[in-house]
Amino acid sequence: MTTQMFGAPIRRKEDPRLVTGGGRYLDDLGHDALAAAFVRSPHAHARIVDIDASEAIEVEGVVGIYVHEDLPGRVGEPLPLLIPHPTLTHGRTGYALAKDEVNHVGEPIVMVVATDRYVAEDACQRIRITYDQLPVVVGIEAARSGELLVHDDVPDNVAAHMLQEVGDVDAAMASAPHTLTLDLDIERSACMPMEGKGVYARWDRDRGELRMYSSTQTSTGVRAAVAAKLDLPLAKVECIAPDVGGGFGVKIVHPWPEEVLVPWAAILLGRPVKWAEDRREHFISAAHERGQLQRVTVGFDDEGHLLALDVKLWHDNGAYTPYGIIVPIITSTQLLGPYKPGTYRCEFWSLYTNTVLVTPYRGAGRPQGCFAMERTMDAIADELGLDRAEVRSRNFILPSEMPWDHGLLFQDGRPLKYDSGDFPASLAKLKDLVGWDDFADYRRQAEAEGRKVGLGIGCYVEGTGVGPYEGGHIQIETSGRVNVSTGLTSQGQGHETVFAQIVAQELGVRMEDVFVTTGDTRKMAYAVGTFASRAAVMSGSAIALAARNVRAKALRIAADALEVSPEDLEIVEGTVRVKGAPATSMSLGTVSVLSNPLRYAFDEAAKAATQFAGTFDPDKPPVADDEEPGLEGKDFYSPTQATFANGMHAAIVETDPVTAEIKILRYCVIHDCGTMINPMIVEGQVHGGVAQGVGGALYERMAYDESGQLLNASFMDFLMPYASEVPTIEADHLETPSPLNPLGIKGAGEAGCIPVSAVIASAIEDAEGFPITRMPISPYDLWELRRRHADGEIPSLHRTSRTTSTPSTSSKEPTA
Amino acid sequence: MTDTTPATETLHDVTVSVNGVRHSAAVPARRLLSDFVRHDLELTGTHVGCEHGVCGACTVLVDGQPMRSCLMFAVTAQDHAITTVEGLCSAPDARTVPTGESMNPVQQAFAECHGLQCGFCTPGFLTTVTAYLEENSSPTSEQAREAISGNLCRCTGYQNIVKSVLRAAEIKAERAEEHA
Repeated sequence: MTTQMFGAPIRRKEDPRLVTGGGRYLDDLGHDALAAAFVRSPHAHARIVDIDASEAIEVEGVVGIYVHEDLPGRVGEPLPLLIPHPTLTHGRTGYALAKDEVNHVGEPIVMVVATDRYVAEDACQRIRITYDQLPVVVGIEAARSGELLVHDDVPDNVAAHMLQEVGDVDAAMASAPHTLTLDLDIERSACMPMEGKGVYARWDRDRGELRMYSSTQTSTGVRAAVAAKLDLPLAKVECIAPDVGGGFGVKIVHPWPEEVLVPWAAILLGRPVKWAEDRREHFISAAHERGQLQRVTVGFDDEGHLLALDVKLWHDNGAYTPYGIIVPIITSTQLLGPYKPGTYRCEFWSLYTNTVLVTPYRGAGRPQGCFAMERTMDAIADELGLDRAEVRSRNFILPSEMPWDHGLLFQDGRPLKYDSGDFPASLAKLKDLVGWDDFADYRRQAEAEGRKVGLGIGCYVEGTGVGPYEGGHIQIETSGRVNVSTGLTSQGQGHETVFAQIVAQELGVRMEDVFVTTGDTRKMAYAVGTFASRAAVMSGSAIALAARNVRAKALRIAADALEVSPEDLEIVEGTVRVKGAPATSMSLGTVSVLSNPLRYAFDEAAKAATQFAGTFDPDKPPVADDEEPGLEGKDFYSPTQATFANGMHAAIVETDPVTAEIKILRYCVIHDCGTMINPMIVEGQVHGGVAQGVGGALYERMAYDESGQLLNASFMDFLMPYASEVPTIEADHLETPSPLNPLGIKGAGEAGCIPVSAVIASAIEDAEGFPITRMPISPYDLWELRRRHADGEIPSLHRTSRTTSTPSTSSKEPTA
Repeated sequence: MTDTTPATETLHDVTVSVNGVRHSAAVPARRLLSDFVRHDLELTGTHVGCEHGVCGACTVLVDGQPMRSCLMFAVTAQDHAITTVEGLCSAPDARTVPTGESMNPVQQAFAECHGLQCGFCTPGFLTTVTAYLEENSSPTSEQAREAISGNLCRCTGYQNIVKSVLRAAEIKAERAEEHA
């Protein structure tokens, strides 16, 4: 048998290239290209009165300067609203270059193309724009008050208002023995891939063809959007995602203004043009996520069983809604986690503000939903004096109850129906790993030493691998080389490796003979993109199906040549051989030769496929009626619904009694993404996710001032964790296969970051003895909470005082 | 170079040794070393993540010391010896791997320990760690973490990078022994 490839922690095929400087990221391409730079709005909300580029045009090396009025036809129309939704009644998108008005700092107004970036930026600095400043809406409270408007024609700043309800929440709430209300707050963060966005376009004037490269999570999406914008036949546009230096969601949005403008300029000028985003541009003109205010009202019985869950969310969608309302839809559905809510109602308002737009960032609304649900679970436990893990366990959906249909519509417009999962087993593993039952002793010990420690927990369920589809194409060359292509893109997930593992396993070939291409519309024109932890599930399944087709074809051809039945054959390390008689065999390369009947021999091996070689049945055509020439195959995978992964995290934190410094002493993860293709890569994904979660829990926030200026738009001021801030992660796995796809896999990409804010809040609350309702939390925030707690403004947990009051800290009544 | 530089800008002659090769060029005073290496010499293994010296992706070795090439001008590299990630491949203790690349112990360790995902920040880590192991050839786990604490990575959570540093020290010692 071929060595087991699927499921093995195989080293990545990408790495020898990437560690030796052989990666080719966007700005590594096109050394002969002109450079684009942009003048971006310094104001959060203003009318553009005048643009004077007269001084800029004088700069030596400037090739072109463009404003909105220069953009012809569809190039000058608003950018597409990618995901319409019936409740998104007031969707708005920006223009490639601002038309008359700007709605956030960083919105592009002028594009300069010059011989190099230095010159282009010189010219940008000489462009004078006169503005009429308009009132600015920053922050969710300002947005929902509706006093000032972001868009004149959007009343109350409400882009969308959506309500989903299952069961009679009001009745269940009214009859519930206990109710609690929590007001919660999560701030903005952002994906912050180490490589910003970038676009590079070449126009082949002779052939009328555009080739573009984009640092994107969807090359097929960019291609279609750019062809439509530039009014080019799709057949004349190709888009390639080169090596991409991280994405985490922000690069799924398309077309970004630059993805339209750079190809447009390349065609107009007949010269290659490139733009590579700098870090400040990424902060102020890409996208952020997370910001929400939440109000949770929960009804439960004496044992802590949920009876009614009533959630209201106010979601900050920034200045525009190109990606629809996917983020709040995910929050409102994935909030439920592994629990049965009894009855459930979730209502959200997606609100405009004069800030950078908000689109999915790893987790995509789930960290907020998990925060709401898990804070609620802790509050119930505290109210009833129960163990926090026990309350969770009492509300779990059990394995015997799978598949579990929540009766809600998920982000893909399909039912929120969990396919599998073993939540009690996950919890048992987590408790063992973190030493849940021994923590009380540990705390006593720590307290005796004058240390304050707390234990936190968070559970989540993540819908992964949403449709509509992905495809896989496999072709075996006469050399035995196996070319695999799938259309979605890679940003560090190791697709070259995991897809090769699938092919090696399914086909019976060696890993080193398999070569995977992703994100190249020349190789696979039908694809959706890399988001929603979907690549392994979608492309992995499609590639497995394609491999099975190719295997069947190889066996048919070899059986014919070897004069045996296909059932008697096996493929081992690239050789087709008779089971039990391995001497009767031929290589897949030879099968490939035979698969393509030739008139002309191009080398020795090819002679075997020419018309005078060997014997053939004169009554049959050289290519059988149902066959195609070539040893290749293709298939697509399109599931009826998402597959649901899950996980549970626990952390032990220590808070400094004096400085309020927060230190994570231990961080434990139980992760279930179904069958694992490569556990080393899954673990890497978990590590990275947790690190981003730690950033979101303790350090990262977008500091907007009242005028809509982002005060910390640099790595100096936006605190992304270094190695010194990220704890060692202790991870263990459970593999509950998905019944939905041929490999039993579930997505793993986003998982790590989802529960981290919930877990850290839970642990800090446990250490401090008063509720934590707002994340991220800095030492200063905690110090301030301690002061307010000491002053009696914040109640203690019942655990410490056994007094009766609600964990709510809100003094203000939110209005919609 | 000259045809992409505005005529009004004064050019300065500079001679820099990069990965053991002397390069002479005429560059504007403001040309960053990172841009010089990437766009003029077309050694694109060095990456630029922030252009303000915080992320460390652009770290190169200047006379063996890790420096942020986005905070240096090409003209200030005059007469200095620069080593980029491409140059690590020809270090005396680099070895050719089955896929054909030549890797120094740190490069080898990152590939073995899944010390990278998207690979964009990686060249900065590789140069930093290569220099660090010259100072401390057998770091503890804590020291390894400290050594990489000036570089940002958004993918890995650093755990496998720490592991890579420790493994690199082992490989380096093994290769030193082979040599001896």
